[in-house]
Amino acid sequence: MPSSVYSKDNLRLLKKNLRSFWDIYRQNTMGLIGLCILCFFTLLAFLGPRLVDVTTYVVDGVTQTMHPPVSGYWLGTDNLGRDILAGVVIGTQVSLLVGVAAATISMTIGTVIGIVAGFYGKLADKLLMRFTDVFLVIPWLPLVLAMAALLGPSLGNIIFVIGITSWAGTARIIRSQTLSVKERPYVERARAIGSSGTHIMLRHILPNVFPLIYANTILVAAIAILSETTLSFLGMGDPTRISWGMMLHYAYEMGAVISRAWWWLLPPGICVVLVVLGFTFIGFALDEVLNPKLRRRDR
Amino acid sequence: MNMRLYLLSKFSQAVVTIFIVLIINFFLFRVMPGDPVRVLIRSPRISAETLARLRERFGLDESLLTQFWVYLRDLFTLDLGSSFNYRQPVLDVILERVPATLLLVGTATLLSIVLGISLGVLLAWKRGTRIDVGGLALSLILYAMPTFWVGIIMLMVFAVYWNIFPLWGMGVPGAIYQTFWAELLSRLHHLFLPVLTFTLILVGEYALIMRSSLLEVLHEDYMLTARAKGVSATELLRRHALPNALLPMVTLIAINLGFIIGGAIQIETVFSWPGLGRLMFSALTDRDYPVLQGLFLFITICVILANLGADIIYRYIDPRVKA
Repeated sequence: MPSSVYSKDNLRLLKKNLRSFWDIYRQNTMGLIGLCILCFFTLLAFLGPRLVDVTTYVVDGVTQTMHPPVSGYWLGTDNLGRDILAGVVIGTQVSLLVGVAAATISMTIGTVIGIVAGFYGKLADKLLMRFTDVFLVIPWLPLVLAMAALLGPSLGNIIFVIGITSWAGTARIIRSQTLSVKERPYVERARAIGSSGTHIMLRHILPNVFPLIYANTILVAAIAILSETTLSFLGMGDPTRISWGMMLHYAYEMGAVISRAWWWLLPPGICVVLVVLGFTFIGFALDEVLNPKLRRRDR
Repeated sequence: MNMRLYLLSKFSQAVVTIFIVLIINFFLFRVMPGDPVRVLIRSPRISAETLARLRERFGLDESLLTQFWVYLRDLFTLDLGSSFNYRQPVLDVILERVPATLLLVGTATLLSIVLGISLGVLLAWKRGTRIDVGGLALSLILYAMPTFWVGIIMLMVFAVYWNIFPLWGMGVPGAIYQTFWAELLSRLHHLFLPVLTFTLILVGEYALIMRSSLLEVLHEDYMLTARAKGVSATELLRRHALPNALLPMVTLIAINLGFIIGGAIQIETVFSWPGLGRLMFSALTDRDYPVLQGLFLFITICVILANLGADIIYRYIDPRVKA
C-alpha cells in the first residue's frame, strides 16, 4: 500500500492541489507580505553570514565603542566595540531556530493530546482537558521563568520550556476538530472492518485535522520568537549564543538607554517585530485559505 | 442548570485547578534537575557531612509523600518559607509589594478597557474605511512588539531625549512631600510612562475583540427589527448593540490576566517599579528560590480566583446563559 501513495496519479493530484492552494493564497495581501518578510529573514539567516562580515562581532579592543552608524559599521557598535549589524545577522539564526523548534514541540504535544482526548472521549477526554485547562489558566511567563531558572540557561532549555508550555491552545482546537471528524462515515467504515484505534487516528483523523495544525503552528512560532526575546531580556537566555533578545539584554544592562544608543536598541527590536508580524500574517492567511468558512466572509 | 449547581461546579473546578497547581509547584522545585540543597546552598565546597545535615533540616531525607504533606501543611498555615535575600518571611515580602502592582495594573487595565472599547466601536462603525484598516494594522503591530522593548523606547524618548518624565521608581527616593497634592503629582508623574506602555500593549487586543464582537451583534436579526422600527443610529448602538457586544469583554479580561501579569513583570523591570514583577525579576537574578516559588503560587492562585469571579459575574449579567 505505501508505494501507491507516491504513484503518478497521486503526485499529479498533489500538484493540482498545491496549484489551487497557491491561486487562493496569492489573492491574500496579508499572506503575501508575511511570506516576503519571512523569505527575507530566512535568506538572511542562511546567506547573511556570507554577505556581511560576521567576524566583526568580536571584542578586538581597537574598534571604537558605542559609535553611532558610520560607513563600514552600518548599524554602529556596542559598548565593547562589536559590530551591531553582524550581531543582528547572527541573531537571526537563533531566533528563527527557537521559533521553528519550539513550535514543532508544542504542535506535537498539542496534536497528540487533542486527538487522543477527542477520539477516546469519556474519562480520557475529561482528564486530558482538565489538564489542558490548568495549563491555560497558569500565568505563562512566571511558569516559564521559574522553569528556565531551574533548568539553567541554554538554547536547548529555552526551546524545551517554550515548547512544553504553549501547546494548550492547539490541543483545544485539535480536540474539537477531532470530535467532528470521528463522526464521519469513513471512520465508521474503518471501525467496522476492525481497524485499531491507533490506525484510525493516524490514517483518518490526523490528515483531516492537518490544515488546522499548519495555521496554528505558524501562529505559535510567532509567539515562541517573542517569548525567546522576553526570556533572554530577563536574563534567562543562553550567554554563549547571540540572539536579538540577548542583544537587547546586554544593551539594557549596559546602559544603552542613558547613553542614547538608539542604534543598539532599535535594530534587534525591529527585527523581532517584523518576524513576528511575518509569521502572524502567514498564520492568518493560511487560516483563511484552509478554512473555507472564513474565506471572504462578508458580513 | 440552576445557579447553586453552577456555582458549586465552578468552585470545585477552581479547587481542583489550585490543587494541580500546588502539585506542579511542589515538583517543579524538587524534581527538576539539581539537588534542592545544592541549588539552595550555592557553595561548591560544602562537605558531605554538612550536606547531609542540611538535607535532614529541610526534610529532604523524608519520602516524597511526607515532603508533600509537610509542604501542604505549611501552605495552610500560610508559611511560604523565608527569603534568602530579604531575610524575611516570603509572604511578607510578597504582600509588601502588592499595592504597587495593583496601582500600576489597575490603572493600565482600566484605561486600556475604556480606550479599547471606544476604539473597537469606532473601527466597527467605520468598517472597511481607511480608519478601520489603519486601526487594524496598528493593533497588529502593537501585538508583535515585545512589551519590554516598548518600555525601553518610551524611556529613551520621554525620559532621556526629552527628559520630561523620571527614569525609574514610584517616587523620588527619600523625598518628604510638603502637601498631599505635591505627593500625588509626583506619584502621577512616575506612574505616567509605565501606564502608557502598559496601555499601548493591552489596548490593541481589546479593540480587536470589541470590533468583531460588535460587528457580530450588528448583524443579528433584532438589529434589523430595531432599524425597521426607526430607531436612530446612536440609539441603536447605545441601547441595542453595545450591551450585548460588551459581554465577551468580561471573559476576555479574566482570560487575559495571565498575559497582564507577564506584561507587569517586564514593565516593572524596565521602569524599576517596586511591585511583584520587579520582585520576580530580582528573585530570578539572585536565585532566591523561596521567593520565586511563593510568587508563582501567589500569582497563579490570584489568576484562578479572578477567572472564577469572571465566570460568576458573566452568569449574573448575561440572562441567556441561565437558560
